[in-house]
Amino acid sequence: MRIGNLAIRKLTVRFGSLTAVDDVDLDIGNGEVVALLGPSGCGKSTLLRAVAGLEPQAEGTVRRGDEDLARMPVHKRGVGLVFQDGQLFPHRDVAGNIRFGLRMHKINDPGRVDELLDLVGLSGYQRRKVTELSGGEQQRVALARALAPRPGLLLLDEPLSALDRALREQLALDLARMLRKAGTSALVVTHDHDEAFTLADRVALMREGRIVQTGTAEEVWRHPIDEPTATFLGCGLILDARIIGGTARFDLGDVHLPWAPEGTHKIGLRPHALVADPDGPLQGEVSGRVHRRDHVRLLVKLEHREVDAVATIADAPEPGHPVRLRLDPDGFALVGPRERLSVF
Amino acid sequence: MLKAVVVAATVLVTASCSLATEQPRPGNAQTVTLVTHDSFAVRKELLDEFQKNSGITVEVRKSGDAGALTNQLVLTKANPIGDIAFGVDSTFASRALNENVFQPYQSPDANKRYQLDDTNRLTAVDIGDVCVNVHTTGLKGVPEPTTFEDLADPKYKDMLVVESPATSSPGLAFLLGTILHFGADGWQDYWTRLKANGVKVVSGWEEAYNQEFSGTGKGTRPLVVSYASSPAATPDTKALLETCYRQIEYAGVLQGAKNPEGARKVLDFLISQQFQAEVPDQMYVYPVREGVALPEAWQKAAPMPTDTEATLPAQEVDRNRENWVNQWRSLVQG
Amino acid sequence: MALVPLGFLTLFFAWPVVAIVGLGARAAMLDTLASSDTWQLVGFTLGQAAASTVVAIAAGMPLAFLLARCKLPGRGLVQAIVLVPFVLPAVVVGLAFRGLMPDGGVWSIILANAFFNVAVVARTVGGLWANTDRRAEDAARALGASRLRAFTAVTLPALTPAIGSAAAVVFLFCSTSFGVVLILGGAEYRTLETEIYLRTVQLFDLPGAAALSILQLAAVVAALVIGAVARKRRQAALKLRGRQETARRPVGGEWVVVGIAYGVLVLLLTPIVSLVSQSSVEGFRALSGTGHDNSLEVTGLRAAMNSLSTATDATVLALILGVLSSIALMRLGRSAELVDVAMMLPLGVSAVTVGFGYLITLDALPGDLRTSPLLVPLAQAIVVTPLIIRILLPVLRSIDDRLRQAAGTLGASPLRVWLEVDLPLAGRSLVTAAAFGYVVALGEFGATSFLARPDAPTLPIAIGRLISRPGELNTQMAYAACTLLMVVTIAVAVLIERFRTTVEEF
Repeated sequence: MRIGNLAIRKLTVRFGSLTAVDDVDLDIGNGEVVALLGPSGCGKSTLLRAVAGLEPQAEGTVRRGDEDLARMPVHKRGVGLVFQDGQLFPHRDVAGNIRFGLRMHKINDPGRVDELLDLVGLSGYQRRKVTELSGGEQQRVALARALAPRPGLLLLDEPLSALDRALREQLALDLARMLRKAGTSALVVTHDHDEAFTLADRVALMREGRIVQTGTAEEVWRHPIDEPTATFLGCGLILDARIIGGTARFDLGDVHLPWAPEGTHKIGLRPHALVADPDGPLQGEVSGRVHRRDHVRLLVKLEHREVDAVATIADAPEPGHPVRLRLDPDGFALVGPRERLSVF
Repeated sequence: MLKAVVVAATVLVTASCSLATEQPRPGNAQTVTLVTHDSFAVRKELLDEFQKNSGITVEVRKSGDAGALTNQLVLTKANPIGDIAFGVDSTFASRALNENVFQPYQSPDANKRYQLDDTNRLTAVDIGDVCVNVHTTGLKGVPEPTTFEDLADPKYKDMLVVESPATSSPGLAFLLGTILHFGADGWQDYWTRLKANGVKVVSGWEEAYNQEFSGTGKGTRPLVVSYASSPAATPDTKALLETCYRQIEYAGVLQGAKNPEGARKVLDFLISQQFQAEVPDQMYVYPVREGVALPEAWQKAAPMPTDTEATLPAQEVDRNRENWVNQWRSLVQG
Repeated sequence: MALVPLGFLTLFFAWPVVAIVGLGARAAMLDTLASSDTWQLVGFTLGQAAASTVVAIAAGMPLAFLLARCKLPGRGLVQAIVLVPFVLPAVVVGLAFRGLMPDGGVWSIILANAFFNVAVVARTVGGLWANTDRRAEDAARALGASRLRAFTAVTLPALTPAIGSAAAVVFLFCSTSFGVVLILGGAEYRTLETEIYLRTVQLFDLPGAAALSILQLAAVVAALVIGAVARKRRQAALKLRGRQETARRPVGGEWVVVGIAYGVLVLLLTPIVSLVSQSSVEGFRALSGTGHDNSLEVTGLRAAMNSLSTATDATVLALILGVLSSIALMRLGRSAELVDVAMMLPLGVSAVTVGFGYLITLDALPGDLRTSPLLVPLAQAIVVTPLIIRILLPVLRSIDDRLRQAAGTLGASPLRVWLEVDLPLAGRSLVTAAAFGYVVALGEFGATSFLARPDAPTLPIAIGRLISRPGELNTQMAYAACTLLMVVTIAVAVLIERFRTTVEEF
């Protein structure tokens, strides 16, 4: 296995006049899983493909230890790639697919295929035709195939987004476990923050070709760097607040945020920052409701504005009915550059 | 790298395949390349004997019919594809002479009777007469025709098949025969009558003789334009000797030949007694050399037409051919 | 990568053609261009080619369906029979149709041209059809589409690239078909091709021939460009799967199509049977000799061997050129269509023009190739290469590029990617292309008749020669040789069919 931290510097990819990836710096530590999170069209897949060597227009450097990958052809970079939809070789069986990378690298390791099938939970699938596998099974084989030659870096391009939801959540957990177990550094491209947080040690947020913020799941979740990022991470409402002694005071009342630094800040409210509660301090009227799997999402008219809120399935009020809301500290994020946050 | 090896290996395989089928070619100066038309044929033993006696290796290169051959010679005159050419006939001879394709050589055996001009650049080798052939048993009681005029007689309605002069060499010869017979102003009228009498025009000899002519068992028409010699190979047919047009085939040493000396010897061979004697059986034509006996079967079925003057001057043919063919087209096909 | 085929094309096609046309480029050309006769000729040439193409596609589609989608016994035989017309020398097919339709006129020309080219449609379209995912069709059916509707809404658009591709090839073949028009058109119907032959070979009217060649080239380029535009961007990524999964027993209305396909087959067999019935035991016996009064310089069997070895050389060469071109075409961006059209041009230019062009150019190359026996496979390869590209390219283009990228990241170099991904996935098409190319080279008559040395004729040349000389034995021998050619074709086709299934199961 090729080991070493991966350092991406000043990586830029242009398509004609469009700059898809703009001057990106990113580090991936040894064995670390980094998620590249951003809305579709932000350039995250292009960045991943540039690291793999599949974008010939790329400029900048990609170093792994002492090697400069940017000058290497795709097949010498030692990266594994998993696409959204497997892209298994249809003319080979499961074992043939997994063995492919071993053959290319002339690695003689007879136990490797079985070992990987065990890892991805498909023991005994060696002789199966790949065209007869389900979507989830195909992705597992794709992962096993990519891991087989022990790549220095695994690249996963929306690995779960072609799957149905239930499968996606299960496989996300499995994938996280498998990546840890394989110990391979990985870069996962996704537009789904749940997926990013499940899989990754660290998340890099990307927008319009640039990486706007990197950090652990918690850092990014609690401290989105700017308003668009906060919005992307689910904050439907952004308000000014004054924080004194761990309590944020703003339009809708006070909320206890012990982790927040002193001063004037913008705070972001995710839907579950406002929870239906008969004893809540805020009074509004339900203007819309949608059932989610384990809760109900409400649209509530609060004085002069409409806000998102959540309720339990048991006591969700009907539209047109009054509702009382309380503030839940867990639904709050602090918007702004990290330097200003003295806690860190 | 691997790619280069694969390509190189494949190219090698390719080359070896073709080269394997090629006979070893002698590289010495005593090779003579004979450029000729597709109908050239010689008995192998005879050629071998000549090669042994003369020390010359003859390489035969055939290309198309007399017309194609002549045009190739003209196109390649700057760097000829051979040393000697055989097969330029009276229809194309003047073009070849005008373009200076040949160099002078007078063979001691040449038959001066068929000499084209006094430059001695072309030597007559054989005589091929194009005549209407009749399937004698296919006439169903109608008496055999004998002359051009008979063919336009309603008695023979829908019986004649001819080749287009535009695409066929015997077809052109037949047209020239009618022009010779009826004159430059009379042939058009004759063809109008032929057309009214149901003449069928096809593109080539194969089709006329093998498909339309009743003499070969397949067709329905008992009269066909073919060669005076054809009856020698097809029973119950004979040539109408009054409808013949004479075409003489010539040979000549090419201008710019690499081995002119050898080429002259090959030309001598072509008009030698032995070669001439086998010309009928090999190429279905009559020998040009005086005193060469025809094979027995020929004497009976295909005697040589006696009208030795049945041919138009080469210059006149060359000048008017295209015009005549075009006229014929609008007349017969318009 | 495009340089090798383009260089080859320049040397052995463009240069000779330009040279011979240049030789005739004089003011006299304008007379020909201004004549109304010329324009009638153009009209008839294109009209009969278009009609023949339509007939060939109409007849070829049911066969493509039968070959690609139906699991029925005797499929290999059907595949072989479809190929047979393609190898028959034009002169022989012309005679056969003449016998079947004595007063056929234009129709016999159209039918004979279509007869030749049904194989192109059946194989090109069938190749893609067999590789097309059946589920899209099933999905449309599930959405309430009738079989016919599912076909027109889903299958047909997916097949469009192959149909366009086949149509372009057929159109070219038909607009330059020579022997058929010469024999069936008699003296009445002429095309640009026969007229170019006439003017070059018989009349030596080089300016006229040059003018017509330019017209022919223009018409061919126009047809190719229209074809390319129609095809453009329609070669979308299709889900490819092995044949085992897409073929099944026909059901319901599909039997009607199968019935039509068998009907077409019977029609194809009619001229073939009429040819075979004219060959006789004497004819076959005579093949070991040289014909009536030594009409041939070598024995019929020797000619057959020449055919096999020449066709092998031509196929290998054409495969190299075709594969390289296809890869290059796939990678090239905008200029791809241009190269594509360039590679197709040899199909649309008269063999006479090329043959005469060789005479005045190739002496400049080392070894004076004008008289070399290598010239025959070279010329045949030029005719076969575009066919290989036509068959291969749609399939290569329909392979998802990410599959190649996956292989690349797993450590496969570009060549390895080609060998491990493209080759196995396009393998069926490659084998088809090779078989097809081989058979075309086997039956090639136009260019070969110009270039083959008399001491090494191919079988079609020998047949042409036998049939043009008197003597019942020669005719019988010619028909026997035709039968032999057909048997060889069927053998090749069946063998390849065998080989193909074993290849696929590895």
